[in-house]
Amino acid sequence: MARVPGTSDVQAPVWWWRARFRRPASPGDWVFQTVVLLAALSLVGLLAAMALYLLDVAWPAITQFGPGFLTGSIWDPVQEVFGALPAVYGTLLTSAIAMLVAVPVSLGVAIFLAELAPRWLRAPASFLVEMLAAIPSVVLGLWGLFVMVPVIRDPLEQWLGSSLGFLPIFQGPPFGIGFLAGGLILVIMALPIITAVARDSLRAVPASQREAMLALGATRWEAISHAVLPYARSGIVAAAILGLGRALGETMAVTMVIGNGYQVTARLFAPGNTMASKIATEFNEASGDLYIGSLVELALVLFAVTLIVNILGRLLVRWTVANAGAGGR
Amino acid sequence: MTDRQVYLRRRTTNYLMVGLCGLATLVAVSFLLLVVGYTLIKGIAFLNLDFITQTARPLGEPGGGMRHEIIGTLVLVTLASAVGIPVGLLAGAYLSEFGGGRTGTVVRLVADVLTGVPSVVVGIFVYVLVVRPMGTFSALAGGVALAIIMLPVVARTTEEMMKLVPATCREAALALGIPRWRMIVSVVMPGAIVGIVTGSMLAVARIAGETAPLIFTALGNRFGFAGLDQPIAAMPLQIWRYAVSAYDTWHQQAWAASFLLVMLVFLISLLVRWITAKRYG
Repeated sequence: MARVPGTSDVQAPVWWWRARFRRPASPGDWVFQTVVLLAALSLVGLLAAMALYLLDVAWPAITQFGPGFLTGSIWDPVQEVFGALPAVYGTLLTSAIAMLVAVPVSLGVAIFLAELAPRWLRAPASFLVEMLAAIPSVVLGLWGLFVMVPVIRDPLEQWLGSSLGFLPIFQGPPFGIGFLAGGLILVIMALPIITAVARDSLRAVPASQREAMLALGATRWEAISHAVLPYARSGIVAAAILGLGRALGETMAVTMVIGNGYQVTARLFAPGNTMASKIATEFNEASGDLYIGSLVELALVLFAVTLIVNILGRLLVRWTVANAGAGGR
Repeated sequence: MTDRQVYLRRRTTNYLMVGLCGLATLVAVSFLLLVVGYTLIKGIAFLNLDFITQTARPLGEPGGGMRHEIIGTLVLVTLASAVGIPVGLLAGAYLSEFGGGRTGTVVRLVADVLTGVPSVVVGIFVYVLVVRPMGTFSALAGGVALAIIMLPVVARTTEEMMKLVPATCREAALALGIPRWRMIVSVVMPGAIVGIVTGSMLAVARIAGETAPLIFTALGNRFGFAGLDQPIAAMPLQIWRYAVSAYDTWHQQAWAASFLLVMLVFLISLLVRWITAKRYG
């Protein structure tokens, strides 16, 4: 077999090593470089170890149920039959509700902070929105349980049930706790990150874009919607993706307001569970390799999904930044 | 449609959309005020000296406090910082000083992705990694879980802060003939120290309120600190257990503990903001 010069198996590692450790001027340099490189590689090792360890413990469940794990809807620790569909459904449904509300609102906030707010208001308002992300999840859950859920039960679900009750999603008794409450609490969790990323990508749009539009006689909103938003499109999509990643994996606040049901239903008022909340509620009581394996397989699925979503979002952010740096399209 | 009508329509749309954006901001900020305000008002009513110095009373008796949980949270955060900050600092130094190549790009992406891994998954990972081999839940496991959550955050902020040190400082140091590692340790790191400290404080604020990873690692402990290899109590865990209980006295304790947590997180954030405004503003 023909070989391209300089790509032989023997040379590759040597080349790799030389490129990184170019004749260190002092032994101290070599030690320092090695130490910081090891610290940096520990991050990569951590991510790989997470995947491998979770896979190892989930293995009994994976071999037992196969792909049917994701489509089965029975979760019975006594009979040792485990299907994840209701949890997967709960995660997707609550995240969808959250995205439906959080994306438009965050985009509005981002536009206000980047384009419309007077200069003196920008920093304090940005700070306040960022502080939303600093509230511990469990505190948000406590607030959700004792303040938000009663409000959802009485005016909101009563009203939705009586006025839009012909839709299947708004049928059934208004419990307060349930998919709807879980989705709405996620709005508060996803809002700060979507706002922050979208705001930064709006700020990266060159001023000439707005000025050109305004010089043509456009209103403020026309300049934003025709010249600024299209330019920042990929950054806004990235913001939504990163917000989705946050919503998919959020645990405590959702666990406290979703009601610990286990069902696939279109009714938003019904109690449910997400993958994360199922793990949080049951893991410490689980016994037996299959039961623990099934919960760890849930964690593995969650891990894989958030991994893909976050890689996608981060690459898109990087691509946007690189594009803006190169002077745009 | 006459020109006048077109003009009116455009102007109305403009005001409407600008107004909606302002409204969205108002809604987002008022959510913060609602949550924080309610927690502070509810919490301060049940907060007193006993809450910090006493341990939990038996069910039904009013009063009592969270001494064990407060100590537990301090121990866990200290453990996590002792591991997470040094390793994060070194990884950040790599990214900033040697991270120009492909390895740097990969590590940077991995750090960002690690930040996005759900904390409940980190908890399960540490359960498998530490709790199972040790055969018991422990403070150590809780600390490791929180350290893993801290690590990528510290690494990325350290990188950003070290990159802000001007090239002229580096060149001046190298021109004196000192080796590169001395330049990094004695010139770049001191130059970035304020940013690194504030970044680490934000990471501490983030893990202080983490609950999900502690459920399967620290577990909680009603009898106080019993050593690093034993289960340990933590405030966020106790807030959760009290919140989902059915007793009013426990709910009050949960509000008071939430008050403490929120105050802690906000004070750190304000302090960080004050420092950075003074330094970089």
